[in-house]
Amino acid sequence: MLINKRLIAAHFWLAFVVFGAALVLGAWQMFVRSPLNAWHFNPEFYYRSVTAHGSAMGYVFPTLIAMGFGYAITEASLEKALIGRRWAWAGFFLVAAGAVVAMIPVSLGLASVLYTFYPPMVGNPFYYIGVVMVVVGSWIWVALMVVNFVIWKRENPDKPVPLAMYANVAGCLLWGWTAVGAALEILFLILPVALGLKSTIDAGLARVFFSWTLHAIVYFWLIPTYIAYYTIFPRAIGGRLYSDAMARISFILFVVVAMPIGVHHLFADPQVGAGFKFMHSVFTGLVALPTLLTVFTICASAEVASRLRGGRGAFGWIGALPWSNPIMLATALSLVMLGFGGAGGLINMSYQLDATVHNTQWITGHFHLIFGGAIVIMYFAIAYDLWPHLTGRALDNFGMMRAQLWLWFIGMIVTTFPWHYVGILGMPRRMAYYDYANPAISPQALSVTLSAIGGFILLLSGLLFLLVLIRGQFGARGEAGAYRFAVPLHMPARIPVALNSFGLWLALMVGLTVVNYGFPIAQLMALNETSVPAVYVGASR
Amino acid sequence: MATETDHGLGEAVAARIERRWATLSLVIVAFLVGMAAYIGIHQATMPQGRVETADPKTLHLSGEFIESNLGSEMQPDGSVTVRAIGQQYSFTPQCVVVPAETPITFRATSADVVHGFLIEGTNINTMLVPGYVTDLPVRFKAPGDHVMPCQEFCGIGHQGMWGKVKVVDKAAFRDMAAAKRRLTCVD
Repeated sequence: MLINKRLIAAHFWLAFVVFGAALVLGAWQMFVRSPLNAWHFNPEFYYRSVTAHGSAMGYVFPTLIAMGFGYAITEASLEKALIGRRWAWAGFFLVAAGAVVAMIPVSLGLASVLYTFYPPMVGNPFYYIGVVMVVVGSWIWVALMVVNFVIWKRENPDKPVPLAMYANVAGCLLWGWTAVGAALEILFLILPVALGLKSTIDAGLARVFFSWTLHAIVYFWLIPTYIAYYTIFPRAIGGRLYSDAMARISFILFVVVAMPIGVHHLFADPQVGAGFKFMHSVFTGLVALPTLLTVFTICASAEVASRLRGGRGAFGWIGALPWSNPIMLATALSLVMLGFGGAGGLINMSYQLDATVHNTQWITGHFHLIFGGAIVIMYFAIAYDLWPHLTGRALDNFGMMRAQLWLWFIGMIVTTFPWHYVGILGMPRRMAYYDYANPAISPQALSVTLSAIGGFILLLSGLLFLLVLIRGQFGARGEAGAYRFAVPLHMPARIPVALNSFGLWLALMVGLTVVNYGFPIAQLMALNETSVPAVYVGASR
Repeated sequence: MATETDHGLGEAVAARIERRWATLSLVIVAFLVGMAAYIGIHQATMPQGRVETADPKTLHLSGEFIESNLGSEMQPDGSVTVRAIGQQYSFTPQCVVVPAETPITFRATSADVVHGFLIEGTNINTMLVPGYVTDLPVRFKAPGDHVMPCQEFCGIGHQGMWGKVKVVDKAAFRDMAAAKRRLTCVD
């Protein structure tokens, strides 16, 4: 039963408005850097746009989705009102205000440092302050989820925590800890310089702190998608979840091994030695494990649903799935993109193969396919599933939803496949334009054009999505009933304590982070000649 | 009751299939990690072993990266060391000349912000972080020209930061090196 519907709807609406605006910027960027754009433009606008697109899509949009979905899960799965409603609104307004505070200097061109900050370049302090406000707002959510979890467990000592809530809290803990890396970087290294209190910064150390956040943040984005796989998808197609225990293990694995792997973003950096790069490479391999387990469980759950509907044969059951159901379609398309994106990720994991694609368009293609593709398409599915419960109105234009999902999938493939390809050719990322007349670059022109066309398909799909939601606000009134999550095929008689709590896993998460990051950070802090003069960006200096 | 037994049986089957898949997943991951480790050791493609520093404030005054020391240098053992720096928005030297089929060590750093370079048509790809020295062993198979873009966002002129690498025949390089200590394409 959803009680604080306005709170949840506010998070989703703000998230999707931010998403829509950032999507327009993304499509524009795809166009101006492609051979389709024949006239000159100010490259500074491009980097301004990339900063806004990345900050909105990376920090604001998924955080709001995770928060709104988290509140919905709390009320629906624990079957009681959220504790701390006022705090939740405070968190929401802090995120919203932070987004505005960050975007003003960015849109004025005073902080074109991209969402990954890149010290020793330093922009206007309000950009970083805005980002910190967004993170602090989300930490309020983290605290609220933990409080609700603990109080419910105390009230229900004999019942296992519902899977959706367990996974939701796993995502909170993951985010709470992974955000610490970037927070340390901003508060102790960048902000003192941005405010003019210091004039030098250790760029290498800053990059190590950022890598602590940079990889696990992806799993924070991913958790709502995996919760939807496990707890929405089997119910929506009229089936059961194959295994409750394996689901919990997958989420636990994310909590434990998502963090100590971020140095794989620094494989080519000179400030971290070979030993720790190898350690992080190994753990990056391990993080494929929860995804492999998930793919199995979700496909098995689909097969269960299909056989319940009369599906037969070794593969014939696939045809008997309810393909006209948008949640079915979204999940299938998401898994296809996850497969391609995951395979790309395994390539990035090894130092040797990474050298071929590091900082090329391959990487941009990779994370757009995983995040923009596999993850975001399930955000759409979550919204479609939740909307009737939030609005009290029917959301039944299924044809439009299917068209939107297909367009998103096609757009994402058309955008990212050529993107991967030019990356293998060696095309560097984050450039405002390329000299396609150069014979060394001209073979890449066609692929970039294709990517740009994919970008416009994505924009069309995004607008269609917003249209579906807006129409949903004006549909016929109808009571959607209680919001339910999938039930496991075999409800275990009792759940081991380890799969119903987080103490051990939290200790492992922090412990492994200390093991894998402690030495590189300590070494760089001990080196004292490595602080370099800051380079201020923007017109004001 | 018969249904009870069926249920218990089904659960056991489900758990067994699941365990098998989990084992297979572990094997896949172990294989991939093992392969990366094996190739790292046997083909010597490992990241640089230790952390070296260089102060960007004094790069031009003294030490390894003074202007007269930049470029390609023939070593007594026949290998070549290339010293270069990246700065907003160019490389010095802007065009690097190297011999084919020769062990080459790139030693490079940044004079201002974070840069990087990759050499198209090869898998040479590394970062330049101000304050630190990048040390990268490479080898070019055949003579030819390559573009060498900066691959890390370094400011509003980033898209213009393209260097070049000219790979020449080994003998031609030896002749050039006999005439001059530090070589670039313009020599």
